Parts: sequence; C-alpha cells; structure tokens
Amino acid sequence: MNHLPQAWGRPRDDVYGAYDHSHFQTAGPIQHTQSPIVTGTSVIAAKFKDGVVIAADNLASYGSLARFTDVKRLRKFNDQVVVGFGGDVSDMQYLDRLLNSLDVRENYSSSDTPMNAKNLHTYLAKVMYKRRSDFNPLWNHLLIAGLDADEKPFLASADLLGTTFTSPTLATGFGAHLAQPILRRSLPDESSVQNVTKEEAVELVKECMKVLFYRDARSMDKYSIAVISKGGVELREDEKLENQSWAFAERIRGYGTQTV
Amino acid sequence: MFRNNYDNDSVTFSPQGRIFQVEYAQEAVKQGSVVVGIVSKTHAVLAAIKRNAEELSSYQKKIIPIDSHYGVALAGLASDARVLSNFMKQQSLASRLTYDRAIPLSEITLRIADRAQTNTQQYGKRPYGVGLLIAGVDAKGPHLFEFQPSGVTQEMVACGIGARSQMARTYLERNLDEFESCSREDLIKHALRALKESLSQDKELTVDNTSVGVGGIGENFTLFEGQDLAEWLETTFENREGQDEDEDAMETES
Repeated sequence: MNHLPQAWGRPRDDVYGAYDHSHFQTAGPIQHTQSPIVTGTSVIAAKFKDGVVIAADNLASYGSLARFTDVKRLRKFNDQVVVGFGGDVSDMQYLDRLLNSLDVRENYSSSDTPMNAKNLHTYLAKVMYKRRSDFNPLWNHLLIAGLDADEKPFLASADLLGTTFTSPTLATGFGAHLAQPILRRSLPDESSVQNVTKEEAVELVKECMKVLFYRDARSMDKYSIAVISKGGVELREDEKLENQSWAFAERIRGYGTQTV
Repeated sequence: MFRNNYDNDSVTFSPQGRIFQVEYAQEAVKQGSVVVGIVSKTHAVLAAIKRNAEELSSYQKKIIPIDSHYGVALAGLASDARVLSNFMKQQSLASRLTYDRAIPLSEITLRIADRAQTNTQQYGKRPYGVGLLIAGVDAKGPHLFEFQPSGVTQEMVACGIGARSQMARTYLERNLDEFESCSREDLIKHALRALKESLSQDKELTVDNTSVGVGGIGENFTLFEGQDLAEWLETTFENREGQDEDEDAMETES
C-alpha cells in the first residue's frame, strides 16, 4: 500500500495507470442563462374602477412543443396582490420560492400590515435588476397586479432587464403586440379606468385571451384569470375559452397546405 | 472589602438570577437627562431636556429624527444612541429602497431590541447604556415605543425615562385619559408639563435647553428647537403658573 495519505482510497497507479483528473473539471468557464428553455407566453392585465383583472394561459412550451398543459402562471401573493409570469418557467418557480420565503418572513415579523402591490413590485423589480447586473438574468417578464397603499388599483411590470413600466393596461410577450392595442381601445389612459366596470374588464381580457389563442402559436385555450379588488382575490385556474369562431381562418391564404 | 463576583461580564447570572451588567446599563439610562413621549389618536410627541457640559459648550442632542415618519429620544450614553440611530437610519432607508415602504415602528423597534439582547448574551460584549423612546407614525397610525438596554421593548401611551423621570411619569399617569383625544398643541403642552415636573426646583425650561419632536398623520416627524419653542413654552407655563398661584392663594386662605 502507498503510504501517502492523498493516495488512500484511490485506484493504484501501478495497476490502473495515473488517475485522469480531467473528469473533475467542467468544460470551460461557468455559464449563465443565455436563453429561456421551457417558456410561458403572454400575460395580460387591465385595470378597472375598483381593481385589476389579470390572465395567462396554462401552457408551458418547450420550444414549439406544447410540453406542459397545466402550469399555473398566476400566483396569488396575498389578499391584494397577484403576480403573473411570462418567460422561463424554471425561473418562475425560483421566483415563486423567493416569494414564499418573503411571505414567511413577513408573517413572522411583528408588522401586521400586509405588503401591497406597490411594495411587491418595487421588491421584484430590484430582484430582476440585481440579477441582470450579475449578467445572470431571471428570464421573465412579470406583471404585478393588485391594490396600492390607498387601496387604488395598481398594475406594473418588471422584466428581465429590471425595466419597470406602469399603465392602465399591460401585456407581456406576444400579447404586447396583439392584446395591448385591443385593451387600449377601452382603456386609452388613466382617466378612462373610472368608466370601466369589473364585468367589462373581465369580458375585455377574455376577448384578448381568445385573440391570442387564434394568432399565437405558443398559446392554449385553457387559462387562469384573477380579479383583485377590495373584496380580495378571485382566482380561477381552469377556465376554458368560450365562443370561439375560426371563420376568419377560411380567408387566410399564403402558407400552410392550400395551394391557391 | 466586599466584592461582587457576578458583575464582571454580561453573560453570568448571579445566584439570585440577576445579570448585574445589564442592571448597571439601566443605571446609565437613569443618569441621562429626562425625555418624555406621548401619543394621541393622531400625533406622537417627544420632548427632552438638553444638558450642556459647561456654560460655554453646546447642548447634547436628545432627539434624533431617523426617517421622515419617526424619530427617537435618548437618555443615557449619547454615543451608544448614535450607533443605534445610525443602524435605524440604515434599516429605514433599506426598507424604503427595497419595498418602497416606510418601516413599521414595531419592526424597527424589534430590530434594535434583537441587537441589544445579543449584547447581553455574548461574552466580551457590553449592553448599550442608553434607553430610547421611539415615536412616529406608520401604516397603523401613531406609535410610541420604549427601548431599554436589556432588549426589552414596550409599546406605550405615554412614557418618561432618564433622571428624575418618576415625576414626569406621575404627571403622565394623572392625565392618562386625556391623551388619546388630545389635539396636536395640547399633546405638546402635556409633554412640556411632564418635562417640567421632573426638573429640579432651581431649573427652568428655556428655548435653549428644551427639544421637541412631533410626528402626526399626514405630518412628517419634525424636530423643534430654539426660538421655534418660544410660543409653546410661553403658552404652556403662563396658564400653569397662573394655576399655581391660584392654588397657593387658596391654600393660604384655608
């Protein structure tokens, strides 16, 4: 036996040859996320006079493959905040754990004033900006919907670059192109929020989910929708798109199987 | 000579179950000049007597505004209070930065309490030699907290700490029922009167030796010193002296 302690427990060099240490090394330097892998598509949200409506479908895609069909992308934080996640699903799950630990910390602390949507948005925007500054972004676009300190409707976004934005209507991903113009027809500015009821806002958001399902190839007809108002959070996670009409598809020409 | 073997450090109990170092720290609070605090439904007020080491020197600061919504008054070692108030300022700013939220008063009080308690349980450390009154307004309205070197904190309606503060506390206890519905001005007057109670006979409240901090709903915590106090001192003690004279007069009559 070799008397040198560093050789104990190792295969004998004279029998097996010198140990190949390259197995211990990774190939190249540490790498950070370069692109998202499993992704969720659009999240859309609109304010109304007493609160906010937010919706996202239940699909997680792996590239163009509809990989997971029951992924809940809206997360209730407390009775006045809901966060919607677009982008990488594993990063969403990380943020979910982060929010869980924040929630536990909040509940253990002596303060009995719950975090409002504004507080949570500030926090999440800081997290996103910190990660992008580390060159290791969380590949998400978040919508934070709920009520602010004065119990007024609050809606804001934070993305993987730490950019923040607020508006009476917001949409991430494909929805930013397709749903946002439709939402803006009813809610062009902050003052118009007062003229929109809860029912109208829910109807508007559902209509946008339908348009997104028609035209976004990474979307699905099963979705979650949440309404946040003074009464609390009303979250439904197994909604199905209704009254679809594919008549418009007849007129589409130029790709696919048709020849004319 | 008699020697106490159990007061060399803050981690050793005496056979009677006391920790002498902590008790000594509490004595340091009693050496400090008096500070009082009162809360109403709408306001929180701190008032303090400032001391100067000699006639030619400036007065030792007694009330420190921490954040826009609250401040502290100190009795005891001013340098220990500075360490604690710097910590509180840093924590308050961190809360505003990361959560865009004014830190709740109960929360910041708990955080300094935890720090102070750690000092009573680790070898080689000493307790803070300062007591604080933490007053201001948060999301839950006006609050007043008392902090002691032992790490004990309590929420109070009215409180006084420091030298001869028993007199101030007696005044506060006598008028306890009035405070809740008091106006801002009346609350300040009560605080000044409580302060006056604990002053030795030959001393007066002046614009130089008095300090008042006021916070309220929709009103940032502000420190008032010097000429800003002149009117309050005048109105508060004019009536007071008048009453005294009346009482004296009645006593002599009967």
